[in-house]
Amino acid sequence: MKKLIALLLVLMMVLPVAAMADDLPVVKIGVFEPSSGDNGAGGKQEVLGVEYANFVKPTVTVGGTEYKVELVNVDNQSDSAKAVTAAQELVSAGVAVVLGSYGSGCSMAGGDVFAAAEVPAIGLSCTNPSVTTLCDYYWRICFLDPFQGSVMANFANSLGAKKAYVLTMLGEDYGNGLGHYFTEAFEALGGEVIPETFPEGTSDFTPYINNAINKGADVVFAPCATTYASLIIDQAASLNVSFPLLAGDTWESSVILDAAKGKNVNVYVSTFFDENDEAGAAKEFVTGFKAWLNANADKKTNNGGNDIVAAVSALGFDGYNVALAALEAAGSIEPAAIAEALPALVYADAVTGSISFDEIGDANKDMAYVKKANTETGAFDFVKTQSVAGL
Amino acid sequence: MFDRILPYLLAGVSVGGQYALIAVGYTMVYGILRLINFAHGDIFTAAGFFMVYLVASLPMQLAIPVVIILTVALGFILERVAYKPLRTAPRMSVMISAIGASYLMQNLMWYVTGGLAKQYPVLPWLSNIVQIGSASTKIVTIVTPILTVGLVIALVALIKHTKIGMAMRAVSHDFETSQLMGIRINNVISMTFIIGSALAAVGSMLYFTNFSTVTPTVGAMPGLKAFVAAVFGGIGSIPGAVIGAFLIGICESLIKAAGYTAFSDAFTFALLIVVLLFKPTGLFGEKAAEKV
Repeated sequence: MKKLIALLLVLMMVLPVAAMADDLPVVKIGVFEPSSGDNGAGGKQEVLGVEYANFVKPTVTVGGTEYKVELVNVDNQSDSAKAVTAAQELVSAGVAVVLGSYGSGCSMAGGDVFAAAEVPAIGLSCTNPSVTTLCDYYWRICFLDPFQGSVMANFANSLGAKKAYVLTMLGEDYGNGLGHYFTEAFEALGGEVIPETFPEGTSDFTPYINNAINKGADVVFAPCATTYASLIIDQAASLNVSFPLLAGDTWESSVILDAAKGKNVNVYVSTFFDENDEAGAAKEFVTGFKAWLNANADKKTNNGGNDIVAAVSALGFDGYNVALAALEAAGSIEPAAIAEALPALVYADAVTGSISFDEIGDANKDMAYVKKANTETGAFDFVKTQSVAGL
Repeated sequence: MFDRILPYLLAGVSVGGQYALIAVGYTMVYGILRLINFAHGDIFTAAGFFMVYLVASLPMQLAIPVVIILTVALGFILERVAYKPLRTAPRMSVMISAIGASYLMQNLMWYVTGGLAKQYPVLPWLSNIVQIGSASTKIVTIVTPILTVGLVIALVALIKHTKIGMAMRAVSHDFETSQLMGIRINNVISMTFIIGSALAAVGSMLYFTNFSTVTPTVGAMPGLKAFVAAVFGGIGSIPGAVIGAFLIGICESLIKAAGYTAFSDAFTFALLIVVLLFKPTGLFGEKAAEKV
């Protein structure tokens, strides 16, 4: 009897090992995103795109061997200081390639760690030019702030604005960069810019909005985190402002829609993707992604409780596929080989438009979508597309 | 000219009133325990989250009193758990305990809420928009200073004319002697925390009606400013804290109006330093009595 029990115990220990041996070898992809802090809401939506892509394509064949793709999630808490620790965590986990981060500041902070470990990183929605220029191991699949800034400056100009009030957070890389490029472009168009900054942790934006009113601004451009954006929108509405509020890609979020709903306020954003795009790959993604969200309650909660497809989710989806394409092209799961394969990579099936990289590592993207928050339906309405050639 | 300044003044007075409701909590606890309750700003934040979660399941009329009761309970428990066991410990240990309690609460809220900003529910009537002269604002802006002053007058009356108020004054005057005179010191201290937390709960309703985003660290800045206000007015003095809070609120708003937006916080704190240089006990501070 004792022998039988001993045998059973041995079997119980061996069997799981045997079961694992049947499994595919694993390749790890790091997901370097905030899921808390100022950019938490956007970061979660970007992660959703990556997770959905992983759900669609759970394996990849590299050099004749099929690997199971394992996502390693870390939370960089929207904080440049904590981003370094989070990046180190990914490197120690032995990831082959990194995706993220939402928020250019965190990407820049993490970039140094990835460069030191020689692990390639693919930025999904970080638009500040310095992310790639200051780091040889960063690539990115979205457009850049100089382009986005001039898109919004041209759009403000087309609304008939002559004076713009630009509000950014002190010491924040993304907002200051975008504000700077907007200012350059708007002044080149003959407009006047009134720049102001607010310190981190500000809740009371009424003095700023009053400043904009008193200085006769025709438009307010406020690229900042959505936490502040919802306060700005709410307070602008209670001050009955007549000018429209403009911002960049971060404002394309359900946080903004919730803040603007039912209020008398005009909010315009520029972004990477339009959910009503009729192109084959995009449409297939939108349908599949919505079905996936509706089938998973916790995923839907992470998306803000609705099934509106955010542009950052589309970029997350594309980023994952670009990473798999890079693994296939490299024919190896070694980070160094992937870094070598990335510059020449062309990924044509992307839902946000074909992706290839220039010598700095930026995607050759030349299309932005301008959308308006509909205060009745609580969704974004498509306004226009803007390409580089049209500027 | 006045038309231009009016909206800034309105905003300043309103923010000042909200700081005042928090500052009273700081100053009362200091007056009695000689302790700076660093966790007070987090109690204020917690009151905000209570409302966010309660409104999902309760009608508004019921949610408001329940939020106040829960916040009071939180303040009471905080005192019993983090401060009471250290009654005879050196003052520095209690302060460290206060800082620890503050971080604990922040991180708990971070954990429970997932660290994302929550939208504060719209309180009916208070959120309506009114037109005052050329300025348009929410009704809460007007209600805040009136309610604040009313509550503070009631509080001062309580301290001056009731038995518990008399006990509070006695404890604040001399901790040991009042104990010898048969005052139940623990009850008095608990009462202080209860009043402070209730005011913080009311303050949070007014604050978040104006600034409708609640995050786990949202209480840090108003908490710090309210603390500055309490020191500015003379810590330990209730009217001092209220006047200090209004001054800081209006000052901040006017500095932003003058175009120095990036320096508004720096200016506020510089003002504090200047006041303390000339009046080390604050504007209405008690004279340091030498105990023999």
